[in-house]
Amino acid sequence: MMTMVVAVLVVLMLATALLVLVTPNMIAAVAASSAVSLVVSVLFVMLRAPDVAMTEAAVGAGLSAMVLALGLRRLGLWKLDNREKDDA
Amino acid sequence: MRNLISLLFVGGLVFLLLVLTLQAPFAEGPMLVGKGILQQGTEETGTANLVTSVVLGYRGYDTLGELSILFTAALALGVVLGRRRPEAPRDLEAGLVLRASSDLLFPLLLVVGLYIILHGHLTPGGGFQGGVILAAAFFLPVLARPSQRISHAGLMALEALAGAAFIIIGLLAMRHGGQFLQPLLDKGQLGSLLSGGTLPLLYIAVGVKVGAELAGLLVRLGDAEADS
Amino acid sequence: MNQLPVEYLFFVGAIGLVGIGVAGMLLCRNLFRVLLALVIAEAGANLLLVLTGYRWDAVAPIVLPGMPAGTTMVDPVPQALVLTAIVIGVGIQAFAVAVLIKIYHGYGSLDRRRLAAMLDRDMNELAGVGPGRSPEAPAGKRPFPPPEQQEGRS
Repeated sequence: MMTMVVAVLVVLMLATALLVLVTPNMIAAVAASSAVSLVVSVLFVMLRAPDVAMTEAAVGAGLSAMVLALGLRRLGLWKLDNREKDDA
Repeated sequence: MRNLISLLFVGGLVFLLLVLTLQAPFAEGPMLVGKGILQQGTEETGTANLVTSVVLGYRGYDTLGELSILFTAALALGVVLGRRRPEAPRDLEAGLVLRASSDLLFPLLLVVGLYIILHGHLTPGGGFQGGVILAAAFFLPVLARPSQRISHAGLMALEALAGAAFIIIGLLAMRHGGQFLQPLLDKGQLGSLLSGGTLPLLYIAVGVKVGAELAGLLVRLGDAEADS
Repeated sequence: MNQLPVEYLFFVGAIGLVGIGVAGMLLCRNLFRVLLALVIAEAGANLLLVLTGYRWDAVAPIVLPGMPAGTTMVDPVPQALVLTAIVIGVGIQAFAVAVLIKIYHGYGSLDRRRLAAMLDRDMNELAGVGPGRSPEAPAGKRPFPPPEQQEGRS
């Protein structure tokens, strides 16, 4: 049971991390990186590290996304259909 | 070609990490320091949360260094972004939903952040987590109403005060106990709010400092001039 | 140790995150995406660090009132290290975002190769090397005074 849950979480996490690199939309990339942090914090709870899980949830999924979204806003990348040709 | 070499490098790195970690004795290794702390930490520092006793008691110096790194990052951010021109355009006022929910969330976030800081030595949580939540609480109203300002001077004064409090507690410990940041005061009863000697005080200082610093960081980023 | 597969899964997840992050840092051309890849690699490294203190038969390192004396707990030291590392990480991210904002204001682009070309051009201009010549070629009239004059003055 535990193995199944962890397997699902790990696959979800890696897929979301790949999504960060390949999605053309920068807002979606920031949201996906925040989701990666959320899954990592769930994994921290499973590793019996509640302190670290709390920090990761507050910082990685909350504040870091806020900082990155503000950066997007100031960089002029805040577009919902942002298809860049030159981004590998 | 370049991409191929990069991919090769990443593959080698992942292979190396896998081989190294899977060969190491996992989940039953020696962990000498950790075992010693687990055996004596509760009696020596009087905190129920042993991570807190490591962060502030056994590795208090480390935490001081971490705070100074955070301070340096905030300072460097301020230097890089520079002063804002007064005539630079601001963001538009946010919609009704964001404004109403920020008014609603502000007191709740404040209470949660303070609770997490004050109970750092008993339950999961502490100065770092609570400070982050406090910073988010103070930044939300600015996000909803960009014309509203948080004064940089006030934040910096708060931050300096908290940092000075941390160091002064450490120096007092040096005067009375012999070592910098050594836990002082009565240990109290394990599990009650007033226990752990000076560690809760240190965690309050850490929480205020982290909160003020991160709030200042966010406000500065939000104040940066928009793309012209 | 009949729970070994679960731990292997944790390891695969953590190392996979580090691998994806490093690959993104090397392959992506947009600097903002490089920053996002750095965030991912950081999360993977933190996960790996916490895993070193994990023990499969242990509980979280918090003493609860009704707990027997000899209960095994996970190692608190890596957890404390990661706790501070995460908070440092967000400070560094904010600083990186500030630098990116300044770069974008100065050059109007975040593409890595275009930025490198523009930086090369600017450096050559500053050193007095013409646009068609490589920076290794002997320079013409440089704007800086020759070294021996500088020594004589001081």
